[in-house]
Amino acid sequence: MSLPMSSPSPAPVGQPAWTIQRWTRTSAVCAGAAVPLLAVLFLGPLWLQAGTVDRLTTLFIYVILAVMWNALAGYAGLVSIGHQAFFGLGAYAMVRLADAGLGPYPALLLGAVLVALVAVPLAAFMLRLQGGEFAIGMWVVAALAHLCVNLDSLVQGETGTSMIALQQYAAGERRAYTYWAALAAMAGLCGAVFLLLRSKVGTAAQAIRDNETAAISIGVRVVAVKRLVFVLSAFGCALAGGLWLATSISFQPKTYFSVQWTAYMIFMVLVGGIGTMEGPILGALLFFAVETWWGGQGVAYLIGLGAVAMLFALFLPKGIWGAVQQRWDLHLLSAGYRVRAREAQSSPADSTRRCV
Amino acid sequence: MNLLNQIIQGLLLGGYYALLACGLSFMFGVMRIINLAHGSLAVVAAYLLWLLAEPMGWHPLLALLAVLPAMALLGWVLHRLVLERSARLGALVPLLATFGLASVIDNLLFQHFGADTRSLATAIGTLAYDSWELPGGIYVGQLPAMVLVFAVTLLGGLHAMLAHTALGRQIRAASEDADTARLVGVHTGAVFAAASAITMVTVTLAGASLAMRATFDPFSGPQQLIFAFEAVIIGGAGSLWGTLLGGVVLGVAQNLGAQVHPQGFLIAGHATFLAILLARLCASGALRSFFSTRRQPTP
Repeated sequence: MSLPMSSPSPAPVGQPAWTIQRWTRTSAVCAGAAVPLLAVLFLGPLWLQAGTVDRLTTLFIYVILAVMWNALAGYAGLVSIGHQAFFGLGAYAMVRLADAGLGPYPALLLGAVLVALVAVPLAAFMLRLQGGEFAIGMWVVAALAHLCVNLDSLVQGETGTSMIALQQYAAGERRAYTYWAALAAMAGLCGAVFLLLRSKVGTAAQAIRDNETAAISIGVRVVAVKRLVFVLSAFGCALAGGLWLATSISFQPKTYFSVQWTAYMIFMVLVGGIGTMEGPILGALLFFAVETWWGGQGVAYLIGLGAVAMLFALFLPKGIWGAVQQRWDLHLLSAGYRVRAREAQSSPADSTRRCV
Repeated sequence: MNLLNQIIQGLLLGGYYALLACGLSFMFGVMRIINLAHGSLAVVAAYLLWLLAEPMGWHPLLALLAVLPAMALLGWVLHRLVLERSARLGALVPLLATFGLASVIDNLLFQHFGADTRSLATAIGTLAYDSWELPGGIYVGQLPAMVLVFAVTLLGGLHAMLAHTALGRQIRAASEDADTARLVGVHTGAVFAAASAITMVTVTLAGASLAMRATFDPFSGPQQLIFAFEAVIIGGAGSLWGTLLGGVVLGVAQNLGAQVHPQGFLIAGHATFLAILLARLCASGALRSFFSTRRQPTP
C-alpha cells in the first residue's frame, strides 16, 4: 500500500485533496453484467445440448480451481503443489458420506465442509513453511492423503469405486443438477473471493502479496489472513473434486490425487495473471479452449502446457491480465483502492494512482 | 534380528536418499532455490545412462563418464536460461518455472521412451545382487553399500570444496550476499552457474544409482523429488551432513513401515517427515504463537 504522504496541492481546509475510489466505471458495469450472465447460464440446461452442458460444467470446475489456487498463490504468496489433496479428499468425502446414506449433492457440500475443517489444523503447521518448503510440503501431504485413502476398503485401492448413489437420478436430471451445483459453486466462490478481497482481509492479503515483511511491520496479522485464505482455498478445491466426481461418477484415487490438477491450476493462473481477480477466470477460459482444441493430442499437449507455463513464469510473470492492466489500466473486477486527486479529475490518467 | 536387518537395509537405502538429496540441499543452500525439476533431472540422467549402456552396449562406467559432463553442461544451461532469470523475478517464480520444466521433462521422456520401466541392473552383471553376509544371517548388498560410502564421500567432498577451495569461497560469498560479492570482484553469475553444474553432477550420480539399484520410468521424477526433499528437511535445510542423517532416517522409517503394512513403506516415510516437521515447530514455540494470533499480532 502506498498512500501519498502529502497531497498533490494545498487542499481546502478540512477536506483531503484526494478521494478514494473503489469502483471504476468499467468495473461497475462489469460486476453488474455478471448478474444477467449468471441468469443466462442458469437457464443453460433448458436450452443447451447435453454435450455443451457437460463441457460448461467442466469449465465451471476449472474456474473454481484457478480462482482458489490464485487466492492462495496470488494473494497469500503461497505456491502449493499439493492442492490435488483437497480435490481428491473432497471427492473421497463425498463417496464416504454417500455410502453412509446421504444424498449425493448434500454429500458433496458436507464433504467439502469436512475437508475445510481438516484444513484448519493442517494450516497450523503447513503455513509455518516458506516458499519451496511449503510447495513440496503440500505435495507430501497430498501423497500421504492419497495413500491413506487407498487404505480404505470402500475405495479398494487404486481400483476405485463409483458413486452409485447418483444412479437415483435419470441421466438428464443428473446432468442439470450437477451443472447447477457447479454454477452455484463457481458463482459463490468467485463472489466470496471478490468480497473477501474488497474487505479488510483482502487489503491485508494484498499487503502480504506485495511485501510480507512490510505487512508484518504495519501490524497485518499475516498468519490469520493466510489461514483464512488457505482454508477457503481447500474448501473450494474440495467442492471442485466433488463436482468432478458428480460428472464422472467413478472415483479412482490415482486420477483425483494426481499432481496434474495442480499443474492445470498453475497453468491457468500463470497464463491468465497471478494476483489479479480477472486473471484466473481468463486463464480458465483459455485452458478450456486449449483443452477443447488440443486435448486429444495426448502427451504433446501436456508438454505444451508445461512449456507455456514455464515461459509465462519467465517472460510474462504477471500473465496476460497483468500485462493488460499495466498497459491500459483496465479493471473489470476491481478489488483495490484508487487514490485520485480532487483537482485533476478531468485527466484521470495522470492523477489516478492505483494502490493495489 | 529381523528388526536389525530392516534398520541396516534402511541405512543403506538412506545412502541413496542422501546422494539424491545433496544436490537439492546444495542448490538451496547456495541459491535459495528449490528446484522442482530435481527428481526429473535425475531420471533424465538415468535414461541417458540406460541409452548408452543398453541399446548401445557401452560399459556402464564408461557411460557414466560420458553422461557426467553432459549433465554438468545441462546444469549450466539450465541456470543461464531458467534459474538465473526466474530468481530475479521473485521468490515464487523459480518454483513455478521449475515445476513447468519438470512437467515438460517427464512428458518428453514418456513421449520418447514410453511407459516401460527400465533398469541398468542387467548391465552391471552380478553386482546388482552380490552381497556380503554378516553374522546373524543379515545380508548387505554390495551395490547399496557402495552407494552409501559414495554418498558420504561426495558429501565430504562438497563440504571440503566449499570450505577450502577458491570456488568454494566464491560460492559461499555469493550466496551470503551476491551484491557485495560482486563488489569485491566475484562473478556471481558464473559462480552460480558453476554451482548448478556441480548440482547436476550429483544429480547424475543419484540417477545412476537409481538406475542400477532399482527401476525407473518417465514419471519417477516427482517421487524422487519428494524423497530428496524429505531427506533435506528431516536433516535440517542447508546442512550437508544433516542431509545424510535425513536420508538415513527416511530410509529406516520406510523399511520399518513396510514391515507393518504393504503400503507402509511410503506412508511411514511421509508420516515421519510430517512428524519431525511438527516436532520442530512445537520445539520452536511456533505453534503456540499460531494459536494465539487471535489475541496478539504475530511477531
